[in-house]
Amino acid sequence: MVEQREIRSSEERVTHSDFALVMTKSHSGVAAEEELEEKIAVSRLEAWYGSNKVLNGLTLGIAKNRVTGIIGPSGCGKSTFIRCLNRMHENVPGAGVKGKVLLDGADIYDPGVNPVRVRRRVGMVFQRANPFPTMSVRDNVLAGLRLQGARDASTDEIMERALKRAALWGEVKDRLRDPATGLSGGQQQRLCIARALALEPDVILMDEPCSALDPSATYRIEELIYELKENYTVVIVTHNMQQAARVADRTAFLLSGELIEYDATDKMFTQPADSRTEDYVRGRFG
Amino acid sequence: MNGEATRLGASGGGLAELRQSVAGHGAERTFRAICLLALLLPLLLLATVIVDAVADGAARLGWGFLTSFPSRHADKAGFLPALVGSGALMVLTAAIAIPLGIGAAVYLEEYAKRGRMTALIEMNISNLAGVPSIIYGLLGLELFVRVMDLGRSLIAGAATLALLVLPMVIMASREALRTVPNSLREASLALGGDRWQTIRKVVLPMSMPGILTGIILSIARAVGETAPLVTIGALTYVAFLPDSIGSAFTAMPIQIFNWISRPQADFHANAAAGIVVLLAFMLVLNGVAIWLRLRLQRRLEW
Repeated sequence: MVEQREIRSSEERVTHSDFALVMTKSHSGVAAEEELEEKIAVSRLEAWYGSNKVLNGLTLGIAKNRVTGIIGPSGCGKSTFIRCLNRMHENVPGAGVKGKVLLDGADIYDPGVNPVRVRRRVGMVFQRANPFPTMSVRDNVLAGLRLQGARDASTDEIMERALKRAALWGEVKDRLRDPATGLSGGQQQRLCIARALALEPDVILMDEPCSALDPSATYRIEELIYELKENYTVVIVTHNMQQAARVADRTAFLLSGELIEYDATDKMFTQPADSRTEDYVRGRFG
Repeated sequence: MNGEATRLGASGGGLAELRQSVAGHGAERTFRAICLLALLLPLLLLATVIVDAVADGAARLGWGFLTSFPSRHADKAGFLPALVGSGALMVLTAAIAIPLGIGAAVYLEEYAKRGRMTALIEMNISNLAGVPSIIYGLLGLELFVRVMDLGRSLIAGAATLALLVLPMVIMASREALRTVPNSLREASLALGGDRWQTIRKVVLPMSMPGILTGIILSIARAVGETAPLVTIGALTYVAFLPDSIGSAFTAMPIQIFNWISRPQADFHANAAAGIVVLLAFMLVLNGVAIWLRLRLQRRLEW
């Protein structure tokens, strides 16, 4: 009953068997989901800032075209965890990483890998909307391409497609030349999503994307996340358990840099295996 | 309601007490007066200088004064070579100090690892900003005029002034770079930009208003500098316009100094007129700095 779930994409046997081991432990008693293709396999991931260890050897797999939620109390390392998935973590002075993160089977921490390339495939949306204030709506969407020096004529098409996918096109199509900072908070966050989508990534990481937004803007983003999984693999960190329950297919619970439990979201919220998970999702701490 | 008021009033004349604390007691008033005086005194002195200069120089101020060369006859002497010299110095100084200053600031803020070495460098840059300008003059004389054999030329003067303003340009640029929120750098990196692209397309455009303001104010100070130019040997009587960066030159403060040290009172009027022109020049530069900052900042409003 436990592991009918089969792990595909399999050059790295060692890592995958590690992963399967942990999955067995935390997965006990899960009703089998449909077969999922694995997009990212994280194995024994450790991360630290200076002498402060934040992640203590996480191992988990992230399913393709699904939304994976990461929950846990403040300081549990959930933001650090997703920042390790596109090599943003190492930009902080004193930060370091150990372990493996396989993206379609290739380790993004391999010494030969250029982090800039990784970030083009693994896009990121931050806690606070951060459109570039010197740029118009249009230029913000195209910022990623511009940064990379792209200058072809198809950019308008790319921009329109990205804005449509971010469910923002209708609201801004007449304001493309206006400064991006004139948009509302929710629109700015969707603009940031569009900006990430314009690069055609495979994976979108979202670090508490709604924490600065009002409920109706939050609702729109959540709807959008639901649509995005058609084409993308989404990993979302959230402080809000209702949000995790609403948008995530699978949810991982982190505590003090350890993976406590990782399972189908329904299961996590209705019959968690670990008592700490239960305490957290019932709101007894955090 | 009524009862409450009565009770308040009854409790030892509370209202009178409150009144007193609003008006402020003696010490507060005295302190306020001293602060006001501290504000008014320099303003008054500045006003005196301006009024005095305008009164003394009014007779000489005019188109002829701005377009004539100096002369032995006070009433025919003009300010043209000094004006052109100062303008040329300003442009050259900016051309040297801006790339160096912004480059150094970008390195310190965006690339350098925080450590003892950077702390030492930072401390020394702040110290350099406080070094008297005549020391820079001596350095310029030795380094540019003699060792590099540039002579007493515009370029030697500009290089000296550039050294003088460099610490200020670096500090102002660093301040401006620090105002760019880290979240924007992260956004750019997350979009697959590298460091250089992030700096060029995101950080510099955002910090430009602050950087430009700092640069203009520093350059304005350089234009008013006299000591370093005297040290490297700017001429005091120039009957020609500089024709190249290697040409000898004079500058406004030098010309003013020259006129004022003459015994004839007529030349003193020329000096006063020169002072008015110099002050106007500075005022315009400062005005441009303010205008630029407001204009660019409006574009950046959140």
